[in-house]
Amino acid sequence: HQVLRVKTKNEEEVKQLQLLESLEHLELDFWINPSAPALPVDVRIPAGSVQSVKAFLESQGIEYSILIEDLQDVLDKERQDMAESAQRQRSTGSFDFSAYHTLDDINAELDHLASEYSFVEKIQIGESYEKRPLYVLKFSTGGSNRPAIWLDAGIHSREWVTQASALWIANKIASDYGTDESITSLLDKMDLFLLPVANPDGFVYTHTSNRMWRKTRSKIPGSICVGVDPNRNWDAGFGGPGASSNPCSDSYHGPSANSEVEVKSVVDFIKNHGNFKAFLTLHSYSQLLMYPYGYKCTRPDDYAELESLGRAAASSIRSLYGTTFQVGTICKTIYQASGGSIDWSYDNGIKYSFAFELRDTGRYGFLLPANQIVPAAKETWLGLKKIMEHVRNKSS
Amino acid sequence: RAMELPPGHFPAARAAAVAVEYLRYLRGGPGSGLRLRELQRARRQDIDDVGHKYYLELELEDVLDKDRTVSCTAEVLYHLGSKTSAPDVQLTVQGELRSTEAADKEFYNRIRSLEKELVAENIPDSHGNVPPELEPIHLLAWVASGYVIWQNSTENTKFHLAQVKHVKQVKRNDEDLQFDFVLLLHEMVSQEVLPWEVTLLWHPQRGARVTQS
Repeated sequence: HQVLRVKTKNEEEVKQLQLLESLEHLELDFWINPSAPALPVDVRIPAGSVQSVKAFLESQGIEYSILIEDLQDVLDKERQDMAESAQRQRSTGSFDFSAYHTLDDINAELDHLASEYSFVEKIQIGESYEKRPLYVLKFSTGGSNRPAIWLDAGIHSREWVTQASALWIANKIASDYGTDESITSLLDKMDLFLLPVANPDGFVYTHTSNRMWRKTRSKIPGSICVGVDPNRNWDAGFGGPGASSNPCSDSYHGPSANSEVEVKSVVDFIKNHGNFKAFLTLHSYSQLLMYPYGYKCTRPDDYAELESLGRAAASSIRSLYGTTFQVGTICKTIYQASGGSIDWSYDNGIKYSFAFELRDTGRYGFLLPANQIVPAAKETWLGLKKIMEHVRNKSS
Repeated sequence: RAMELPPGHFPAARAAAVAVEYLRYLRGGPGSGLRLRELQRARRQDIDDVGHKYYLELELEDVLDKDRTVSCTAEVLYHLGSKTSAPDVQLTVQGELRSTEAADKEFYNRIRSLEKELVAENIPDSHGNVPPELEPIHLLAWVASGYVIWQNSTENTKFHLAQVKHVKQVKRNDEDLQFDFVLLLHEMVSQEVLPWEVTLLWHPQRGARVTQS
């Protein structure tokens, strides 16, 4: 079977295609139906009809190209990929951390972790714009409102390695508690809250419609454009340099600080808890390890400690595979950007505020191959652990 | 009068990216994956009435041959106030880049002997996969994007090729291969992902040139 893309130039040609559509003996399967001249028409053609359909199109002067040369090959490959993934899942008896997953699959794995480990609980801190639950995994071995660490991923939905790494990290922490000295002593003193998909609406959109979507999916009054950059929407220098006031921009800050429910839910949760000591957030790509500020280019009061801790964390990251992360303030390292999450957390008394930009440096960018998920997660975990150990030491 | 710049800060990083993109356009091909391994040193000179000039020392590698690196010195001049003129880039590569003659020839012959013109989409796909037979096309897309990025860069931009949305080979009567690309470029400062149409001609001996973008 071949799949052709037909480009019609006028109404006449559209009519010809509609005629073709009506010839049932050809058994054509239109993936995109002929409707208007400007829109391409994709059609799957059984092997037996390919020659005659092409001859017809050519005789009418209708332009087409081959979208998929041999559909069977593509289907076979996809089936093979999925079988291999299911095989990996069966053989390890668990979630395949070295593959990218849908939101539903991720949520199922959160349920699985919560049910398997007594000290892991899935809580809902709010709902997205499109009413999807915002699920956080709470890791707590006891106590009452212990000093806590916040970790989130996927606030920018196209940064797929971050949600995927968060899942691996969640599993790592859960399964190593009790055996790994560092994790055990950390969770014996502190609680950890992990939000693996901070922007679920955007994430679903990257699966269904546009892999490069970054923002939320909120409707903006007075604009045909959708979505706000959730990392320009925090109440830290809101509306300042490095954020756009244009709703169609990928760095649109939104109508007001905390206008995005995805941001407000986290702000409220952290304020109500009242005892967070660290705020860590995962992004991709560029391999950077940054601390405040983004909204201004002056150094934070804790510059020396944060720079030193950042370097130690980057060193840990590098120790595994040689991956180098640049360390510095947001403003000097990447750009001035207002309304960012770690600036808000820092200015609200959470000293250990860091933002990671994970692999790579541009070769694949947002489209990091799945076989790099686990290496990225492993090295990132070493950096996070370094920071968490320091926070734990300072919290006693 | 040139000021030393921290290599880990964005002004130097942006200039280094421009130098590498320019080099990719000049020297890239279907068998070559030039990349910046490390920016070792950067200085900047502000030249009155002319613009800002960056002096860079770079270490480069080929993604297809990571054991080898090559040093490069580059000068990148961003013209004052100019939104319409590309930065001037001068480069000196010390040492030999990996020879791609055999791979280039094999690719050239393979494409020339195709019955139907090659068409492909979404390279890499959503999961980062690139089918092996399309990797040379991916690398040629880097050459094409190298040109576009060099031409459109300022001190306030940092571009990367995000994805090849669409590529169509166009058969020609002369000896060049022609590829019409629709590229998605990611601009880091604005965070926009922008589509760009580029036509690239390539020949194993003559190299690449962009005829339309």
